[in-house]
Amino acid sequence: MNARLQIGILALQGAVEPHARLLGRIGASPVYVRKPEQLSGLAGIILPGGESTAMIHLLKLNRLWEPLREFVQTRPVLGVCAGAILLARKVTHPEQESLGAIDIEIARNAYGRQVDSFTAELKPGVAWEGTPIEGVFIRAPRIQKVGAGVDVLFEHKGEPVLVAQGRCLAGTFHPELTDSIAVHHYFITQCEAATPWTTASPNTSASLSVN
Amino acid sequence: MSEMKLKTGLAEMLKGGVIMDVVNREQALIAERSGAVAVMALERVPADIRKEGGVARMANAEIIQEIMDAVSIPVMAKARIGHFVEAQILEALGVDYIDESEVLTPADDRYHIDKFQYSVPFVCGARNLGEALRRIGEGAAMIRTKGEAGSGNIVEAVRHLREIKAQMRRLTTLGPEELMNESKELGAPLPLVKLVAQSGKLPVPNFAAGGVASPADAALCMQLGAEAVFVGSGIFKSENPEKLAHAVVEATANFQDPQILARCSRGLGVAMRGLDITKLRPEERLQERGW
Repeated sequence: MNARLQIGILALQGAVEPHARLLGRIGASPVYVRKPEQLSGLAGIILPGGESTAMIHLLKLNRLWEPLREFVQTRPVLGVCAGAILLARKVTHPEQESLGAIDIEIARNAYGRQVDSFTAELKPGVAWEGTPIEGVFIRAPRIQKVGAGVDVLFEHKGEPVLVAQGRCLAGTFHPELTDSIAVHHYFITQCEAATPWTTASPNTSASLSVN
Repeated sequence: MSEMKLKTGLAEMLKGGVIMDVVNREQALIAERSGAVAVMALERVPADIRKEGGVARMANAEIIQEIMDAVSIPVMAKARIGHFVEAQILEALGVDYIDESEVLTPADDRYHIDKFQYSVPFVCGARNLGEALRRIGEGAAMIRTKGEAGSGNIVEAVRHLREIKAQMRRLTTLGPEELMNESKELGAPLPLVKLVAQSGKLPVPNFAAGGVASPADAALCMQLGAEAVFVGSGIFKSENPEKLAHAVVEATANFQDPQILARCSRGLGVAMRGLDITKLRPEERLQERGW
């Protein structure tokens, strides 16, 4: 694992630190992203759990919305819970805007309120080579439609809960609140594959222009 | 233990955010629009409870329901200290977090609620480490400083944040043979004292509350180590609540950036007037409630 792989975590609001801890465990360097210029040189980015309405509000205040939209079109991204809502093509319950990086339709808080939050053992989908993992669902959204190019990595009761379209990953549960590094490990592998300069200096011409 | 993971998990999701006191649907919508991560439904904001006196109870069920129907963000509500039936009712209503709060009139002068009995998580106020660990020992999944609610004065929240931090730091310097006595002195469960001595932090998220009235107050709490901020009377007792709500959210997210703090401190109108804590009579100090 390349210790110099710089992985951003959107740090405007939400469960940021648990992702940083997991990234540290698998040998990547977490970079907290609050401003557009902090996207430059990142091998990928994690959009953490939190409140999606607050995140959208803050992304716009900090002029990150458009730069982030451009970033997730071309670079690896892992969106968890609120992060998955940000990445979806369409959001319902209620409808709200999103970055449209992955061809899924997602409904917010779709299992109910906090008293309906739960943990469950998740079954690997057809596109996952590995064992079941624990899923922590907190006021979680539900993926209600997936496009043709979207693979299911994990499912719960027959519904997709972690999906991938190319380098874009969206999950409705919180791997960062468990001891499992499986999801983050998979994501880092995607980041490495998509980052030809990982063994060279990270700040080369390949970094994005985000002005 | 997976239950505790779900309870503290929701608090994790609220980190870096602002939780706003609201008394009706309109205020809840303003809070959501302004980027609040949650709202706290209550009958009267602390400043009004202070002014009007009388017994302060859990909010009306209709108001809570109306607020839950109006917004998509989590809705918290306050129960009186020790009033386990108010807590049962709030759980039945489906609120997302219960604040067993010193802002309401205590229902029990000796005991707090046994919070392990509920699937809904609880937040409780604390002024010092012993109080925080007693509440966690009773099942609280989030701690907030008490500060002095409804005062518009940040000095008590600062005192409580600093006190808890200093006491935790001290624990990390003690030898194992000193912890039992420390547990006795703090009035806190030994297993939790050992946990803090090892990790240097609380085993649940630690937010700030009580007296936040400006973007600078919110950022001050965050720089002092709070992980999120509750704003009670400060917002809806100010001249321009919506503008102030926006500014407090922006300041909390960007608490380390003085340029942004300067920008969002402009044009906010008149803040809530606020009280001199030293002029309060002992029975007017809400932070003294809780055991």
